[in-house]
Amino acid sequence: MAISPPRNRLWWNEPIERVEIGWIVVAFLWGLFMFFFMIAWHFIGGQNLSTETYRIKPPAYEEKVVAFAEKYQVAEEDGTPVVRPPAGEDVYLLARLWEWWPLLELKKGQSYRIHLSSLDWQHGFSLQPVNINISVHPGYEQIITLTPTQAGEFGIACNEYCGIGHHMMTGRIRVVE
Amino acid sequence: MAAIDAPYPGSAAAAAIFRTCRFTGLKVDIAAQRLIMANAVAAVVFLAVGGVMGLLVALTRWPAVHLLPSEWFYLVLTGHGANVLLFWIIFFEIAILYFASAVLLGSRIATPKIAWAAFVLMLVGAVMTNVAVFQGDSSVMFTSYPPMQASPHFYLGLIIFAVGALIGVGIFFGTLVIAHGEHTYEGSIPLVTFGALTAAIIAVFTLASGAIILIPTYLWSLGLITEIDPLMYKVVWWGMGHSSQQINVAAHVSVWYAIGALTIGAKPLSEKVSRSAFLLYILFLQLASAHHLLADPGMSATWKIVNTSYLMYLAVLGSLIHGLTVPGALEAAQRRNGYTKGAFEWLRKAPWGNPAFAGMFLSLVMFGFIGGISGVVLGTEQLNLLMHNTIYVPGHFHGTVVAGTTLAFMAMTYYVLPLIFQRDVIWPKLARWQPYLFGIGAAGISLFMMGAGTLGIPRRHWDITLTDAMHPFDLPSGGFLMMGLNGLSAVIAAAGGILYIVITVGTVLWGKRLDKGDAPLNFPLHKQAATVAEYGSHTTVKLPGTIILVSIFFLSFVLYYFVNWKYLSEIWLLR
Amino acid sequence: MSDHPEPEVQPQRVPAMQQLLDNPFLLLFIGITIPTVLYIVWGVMEIASIPVAP
Ligand code: HEM
Ligand SMILES: [Cu+2]
Ligand SMILES: [Cu+2]
Repeated sequence: MAISPPRNRLWWNEPIERVEIGWIVVAFLWGLFMFFFMIAWHFIGGQNLSTETYRIKPPAYEEKVVAFAEKYQVAEEDGTPVVRPPAGEDVYLLARLWEWWPLLELKKGQSYRIHLSSLDWQHGFSLQPVNINISVHPGYEQIITLTPTQAGEFGIACNEYCGIGHHMMTGRIRVVE
Repeated sequence: MAAIDAPYPGSAAAAAIFRTCRFTGLKVDIAAQRLIMANAVAAVVFLAVGGVMGLLVALTRWPAVHLLPSEWFYLVLTGHGANVLLFWIIFFEIAILYFASAVLLGSRIATPKIAWAAFVLMLVGAVMTNVAVFQGDSSVMFTSYPPMQASPHFYLGLIIFAVGALIGVGIFFGTLVIAHGEHTYEGSIPLVTFGALTAAIIAVFTLASGAIILIPTYLWSLGLITEIDPLMYKVVWWGMGHSSQQINVAAHVSVWYAIGALTIGAKPLSEKVSRSAFLLYILFLQLASAHHLLADPGMSATWKIVNTSYLMYLAVLGSLIHGLTVPGALEAAQRRNGYTKGAFEWLRKAPWGNPAFAGMFLSLVMFGFIGGISGVVLGTEQLNLLMHNTIYVPGHFHGTVVAGTTLAFMAMTYYVLPLIFQRDVIWPKLARWQPYLFGIGAAGISLFMMGAGTLGIPRRHWDITLTDAMHPFDLPSGGFLMMGLNGLSAVIAAAGGILYIVITVGTVLWGKRLDKGDAPLNFPLHKQAATVAEYGSHTTVKLPGTIILVSIFFLSFVLYYFVNWKYLSEIWLLR
Repeated sequence: MSDHPEPEVQPQRVPAMQQLLDNPFLLLFIGITIPTVLYIVWGVMEIASIPVAP
């Protein structure tokens, strides 16, 4: 019984059931497969989260974002600049209580180096309805290379709890053909 | 007390008083029994508090109901996480540790006075944190990521609670030493105690990580430290936050084995395989804390892959092994009990009317199919991008910690009541339905939150219509539907939860006393429940039912895994 | 439960793996060391080595 000591003092020497061995082999191989598939996706897959990260003080990051927004601003919506950077350019996005700033306009099929960081608390970059979700920390600047493959209007929600305005924190990315 | 054994003559144990359980023949230290009762009662109280909060949260997230205002929603959600995930589960686990050491080994419990001190610390800590939450300045979620800050006593309560729990774990180890020294058992400890040992080992790492990170955070909230690095916090905090889920896994797998033994006389197919599976937990399970950092900056892909895969999925291998050996042990036992027809007579004729068995089996199936599969998918480095911090995450862990752990602990309660509290379960007809009600509700909340998360609905979010947002947009309407169905399931789960609380409290207060006379149990034990263990496979070699069940499970797993890769391959390119 | 009828006499040596599994404190030691090294220490080193923004 599982609630009393094994009767056979040397239970390690008991034979193992065939079913058990068979399943252990299958399960072990499946585990190996899943392990190597993660590694393989770094070579064969198009969706891997970059790990390029730098330490940065929030005010320094804010400066970079403001400079970027001034340089490429094309319009204003809801009181927020709309920024259209040239393809391949460094793009700066700022998370703060409670908005993703500024609004971006990107071109379908072009790659952009998107910088992400927060000015205050942790936030969660959640691009919808694409469903790409990335954590954003204050003090760390992460750079991902993103290539939109669809045109249209996309929203950014915040999915890391960031205080009472968490559910009001949004941003926007417009992708044009 | 009906039968009190003479205490051991002339040893340090002389002070301990034992009784002999007339159902199992186990020798029960009265001091251990009282401690188990106290911890179990505290657990149930915090489940009641936290469960109500869970219902309120779910009703708020039901778009058509949207019950609480936003401040209250975030407050209650913080309280829900802390009360159920930390206080309910860990109090119950301490009870299990005392049971698996003192009671199953027939030993006195180590230093009962200190065990009481541990209990008081845990209680004080839990109450202190609750006070902080209800005062309203600590709606930081139970994860309390800096730089967001809670009141100092929010952290202090958690620290005190963790210290108390750590002492409780120490008592478990002490009791193992005493039982060994006083030869209260022969040979190796029982499998269930070994599973509890696994839980205890993981608990030491868990609680130590918690202390390492919460103490500086507490000092920071007092203004004595200027800054807590948010990334560093997250790494160490999840050493506690995730590993404590691994305590749950080890504990509820032990409970599965224990209930199998108690209800149908199940024996492990082989001690070697089951214990080695627990060893894989001890070695690798805690690495999975990295699941929470897959979408974070700064950590290298190598660190992520090594840790998130529990070093090549070796701990998953442990779970997959239990996934075969637990139903296999049940099938073998039922076949010995005479249910040998076809592949599934053993399952059809299982004691489904016994809530302990029903709860255990539902927990086993749902933990595997819902919590387990989704956990591996969510914990895959790249796939995590699809669901990180969406409500898929709570969906996954309600599959593990509610449908799995909580249901297993509820099932175990139906034996803790008669064997430890010595009260017969009241309202057996209602009790019979309780695991089904709670199980269906728990499956519902898990699956519907997972569904909503797949559609991008964020977690911990008061208003998915985004009406007040500066740049509003529409989240998919399918997600709204799912959140509604989640609310409905929450009502069912809450009904099952309330029934559990009512039956438990009612039994403790008014259940028929079993320590006088020789009344039978409402939910009887298997007649060989406590005989000596022998490995179970040599008499019944064929387990066709288990093989079919495990094959279905494996196919679902593989299929769901690849569906998610397909989904990932269709999103924007990202490197 | 110490009282089963005739505890088996054991002339053989206990296999090494069983000795490991019967030793709670050895298990405790490895169970803490592995995650501390692979997860915590390595993780903290990763964070500590993040460069400052150019
Ligand atoms: C009646 C039963 C329950 C219901 C209806 C329920 C429902 C929910 C809902 C709707 C959420 C919110 C998700 C969100 O907005 O992000 C949630 C969060 C959570 N639940 Fe439950 N739950 C129940 C029981 C439990 C139990 C028994 C546990 C643990 C053993 C648990 C652990 C958690 C945790 C840890 C969270 C996350 C809190 C956070 O995000 O900070 N729940 N629950
Ligand atoms: Cu935010
Ligand atoms: Cu937020």
